[in-house]
Amino acid sequence: MKKEIPLAITFITGLIIIVTFFIPHQPLGTMQQRLLLWYSIVLGFTMLLGMDSLLRSNIQKIVRKAPGWPFALVLIIGFLGTLIAGIYTWATSESLLSLGSSFMYVYTYFIIPLQATMFSLLAFFIASAAYRAFRARSLEATLLLITAAIVMLGRVPVGVEIWDKLPVMQDWIMEVPQMAAKRGIFIGIALGTVAMSLRVILGLERTYLS
Amino acid sequence: MMQIIGTWIAAGLTLAIFSFLYKDNPFYKFAEHLYVGVSAAYAILYVFYFDVKPLLIEKFITEQGAERWIILIPAVFGLIMLSRWIPKISWLSRWSIALTVGIAAGLGITGQIQGILLPQIQGTLVPLTSVNNVIMVIGVIATLVYFYFSIAHQGLVKHGARLGMVFIMVAFGASFGYTVMARISLLIGRLHFLVYEWLHLVK
Repeated sequence: MKKEIPLAITFITGLIIIVTFFIPHQPLGTMQQRLLLWYSIVLGFTMLLGMDSLLRSNIQKIVRKAPGWPFALVLIIGFLGTLIAGIYTWATSESLLSLGSSFMYVYTYFIIPLQATMFSLLAFFIASAAYRAFRARSLEATLLLITAAIVMLGRVPVGVEIWDKLPVMQDWIMEVPQMAAKRGIFIGIALGTVAMSLRVILGLERTYLS
Repeated sequence: MMQIIGTWIAAGLTLAIFSFLYKDNPFYKFAEHLYVGVSAAYAILYVFYFDVKPLLIEKFITEQGAERWIILIPAVFGLIMLSRWIPKISWLSRWSIALTVGIAAGLGITGQIQGILLPQIQGTLVPLTSVNNVIMVIGVIATLVYFYFSIAHQGLVKHGARLGMVFIMVAFGASFGYTVMARISLLIGRLHFLVYEWLHLVK
């Protein structure tokens, strides 16, 4: 029973979503929307498990005085501080995202700079990866190099100064050959997802129950 | 005053992350751990405020009749998910996992077919009246041939796969260039913040 009931739940919910897609009439019509709302609610509870796991592992690190434990303390303080700021904003403001609230303060002055800088840091690592990968040793590598160079130069003002046709070439690459390969990849992904979803609904794929 | 303190905090955290360019150091580790902690709390509060509160709590208060009690079903599944905290009944959480997996699998079929597969095929089925359209059709078919591993890549299939590889490389090159430009613009944004908003070096 520990495996049969979950398999039945997966089969029934998956089937409901598919059937309601083809028969958008009552009482089935709103079932898909309803299940999507249920999905969001269950996801919210799942996040509590994630929170527990994150806090537990870091508290253990502090208790055991594992290497780098002060950073675990920073993580917990950051977590609790944001949580308190959020709950305070929730209780005192009109909305959680009210301008000037303590929660938005954390978002504006902590999350945005940290996130943007973390992603901008990738510019340096991409450049170093490009140095290693972009060597015209074969036709494929040469194509990669030339296309990337055209796209990069075609999107900046200096590209127009070098050759005024570069932006046009860049647009053509993005709209025709790039789009063609992307379409092929997307079609492959969609077919793979459909096949995998069918396996899950029919109970052939059960790894999520382990 | 709070804005000035905030700007200094943001600038300090920005520099701490950038310090990783030298090497892995305590300043970077501090900012990295803070980012994880703050983001996790933000995500949890966001989901509870914008999903759980309006969809569960507020609906339970406002709805009438059977609708009111139906809304408790996901709440029960949500609570069952938390049974992982109690080892004796942790197997119950599989029911909630099964529900989410079932919904995702159902959407995986209908959503992918309607949202991706059909539009992409529709975009490929174009009249061969221009060079661009011919390249598009050949490119899509060649890419699909490259990813078709069920048969050996020999003869005509080998040539098709080789052409597919050429298209894929062009696509990867273009995507790489596009990503680099996006990251560079983020980098410019951070440097702009440091120079204009924090140091006021340029008016």
